[in-house]
Amino acid sequence: MNPTTQARARTALFARPVRGARGAADTAPRRAPAHRPGARANWAGWAFLAPVTIYLVAFYAYPMYRNVELSLRHYTVRSFVHGGAPFTGLDNYRKVLDDPAFGPALTHTLVFTGVSLLCQFWIGMGLAVFFTRNFRLSATLRALFLVPWLLPLIVSASTWSWMLNSDSGIVNHVLHGLGIAPVDWLTSPTWALASVTIANIWIGIPFNLVMLHSGMQAIPSDIYEAAELDGATAWQRFWKVTFPLLRPVAAITLLLGLVYTLKVFDIIWIMTKGGPAGASATFATWSYQLGFGNLLPEFGPGAAVGNLLVVMALAFGLIYVRVQRKQREAL
Amino acid sequence: MRNSRLRPARWKTAVGLVLTALMLFPVYWMINESLTRDRDMRKTPPNWFPIHGTLEGYRAVLNQQLPYLGTSLFIGLGTVALTVAVAAPAGFALGKLRPRGGGFLSFLLLMAQMIPGIIMAMGFYAVYLNLGLLNGVPGLILADSTIAVPFGTLVFAAFMSGIPEELLQAAKTDGAGQLRTFWSIVLPVSRNAVVTVSLFAFLWAWSDFMFANTLDSGGSAQPITLGIYHYIGNNNQQWNAIMATAVVASVPATVLLVIAQRYVSAGVTAGAVKD
Repeated sequence: MNPTTQARARTALFARPVRGARGAADTAPRRAPAHRPGARANWAGWAFLAPVTIYLVAFYAYPMYRNVELSLRHYTVRSFVHGGAPFTGLDNYRKVLDDPAFGPALTHTLVFTGVSLLCQFWIGMGLAVFFTRNFRLSATLRALFLVPWLLPLIVSASTWSWMLNSDSGIVNHVLHGLGIAPVDWLTSPTWALASVTIANIWIGIPFNLVMLHSGMQAIPSDIYEAAELDGATAWQRFWKVTFPLLRPVAAITLLLGLVYTLKVFDIIWIMTKGGPAGASATFATWSYQLGFGNLLPEFGPGAAVGNLLVVMALAFGLIYVRVQRKQREAL
Repeated sequence: MRNSRLRPARWKTAVGLVLTALMLFPVYWMINESLTRDRDMRKTPPNWFPIHGTLEGYRAVLNQQLPYLGTSLFIGLGTVALTVAVAAPAGFALGKLRPRGGGFLSFLLLMAQMIPGIIMAMGFYAVYLNLGLLNGVPGLILADSTIAVPFGTLVFAAFMSGIPEELLQAAKTDGAGQLRTFWSIVLPVSRNAVVTVSLFAFLWAWSDFMFANTLDSGGSAQPITLGIYHYIGNNNQQWNAIMATAVVASVPATVLLVIAQRYVSAGVTAGAVKD
């Protein structure tokens, strides 16, 4: 989780790529082969696991529980501090669902996630194919492509904000040179969502490039040689050899990307705060806006939106774990 | 034959350079703008190169942002210490001792990485409000460590499961208990994993904006990410100073990865051997 976002979301990128085709999150240890731990080893094992278990309960489970509790009660600022908020069941969820902002936020979340994923994936794929050819500097250049992924999100977001500035931004200046009228990237409701999506795509390309590239490295080269002997063109080689053999890695990449993109918050918040007038608000920023963005915080509804997001992320997370497990078994 | 192969390769290098330049343009632009004079910031056309380069922006960083940088450094180091202290023993247990139920814990750690940060931030806010941990560095270190602990535990587990069984057996024969084995054998052998986990824990804590903005926005000691954010929000719109701060904030990430890349890949491959 990353400041998550991809990042942050960034979670674990480096640990994964080098591992070849199986790629992502192969960090989970395999089940012990034949040996079953005796009672002593069991005790010792849980003694070593005690800190992390306490940690998970205190710093994951408890804040999550507080969040669920927030969403089931009617909180005011007073009761937030002093306690005693009345239990209201699913009222906050009903309120959120009836909110006129719900529809747009859902649409923006889907569009932002879908467009980001598709563009990151295919740009990453193109670059990965390109970088599988060995040429001078290819390793160095590929390493440089990681830079956007390493920068703190506030750095990327503020740089893009400045580049997309209506009056003095370099983007509008270049458009002017091409004879295109200036665009109010961040301040017009029409373009705000597109702007944050562009920045997010830029940040996400390295992840897709690295994952897909390491997947391609694992495809045996004699398959390509055979295809070449059969007279397959580069285009055919990609669609008939690379793409089908890459499908497991591609599935993992897309699923991880999906979970990461769903929770993107920093970029949107820093660039537009979800505005103007909610034009670039996703579930993540809307939830935050409700809880922290207004003078009068609405903790209950904010937590309700957040919990909907958790359910979405964990659902795709479960699919990811299943897919990964299946791939492991297939090996 | 050789010649005909050489030419397209050179052509590919050229294409690669162009693509990389396009991709890194925002980074270049950040550096270029950080060196631009105030009066040139809103000039049309903008200067594509820092011909009238100035260090005004960096002077502003030195004058105003040093405390923020210090706080970020402290938070980063604190997060590293906490993460390794919690994750390394857990990794030993999951990778080597494999107690009953360990697999389920690994699954929980994997899922924990998928929880959106804002939900954690909101929960932490509610909890910290009652505990009085808001607007303080310790609370922020705790929150930042949640980004790295699940990842760190899984990396340690993968790495340590690759340590040869004979090594542990030898320690046992010499009469060492599990704790001693862990401390004197497993941990030193896992140096690469320690470096890898520390590196990422530091980077994530250093880059964190969301927890800082939620839990420390009224604090007296704030990290550099909030320093930049206040700059943007302040409407003084001194963009060369903002960009200079951004450049400075990117330096640790770059330096750490250049220096320690060897450890990163070493840790990664070592962890992968077992699979």
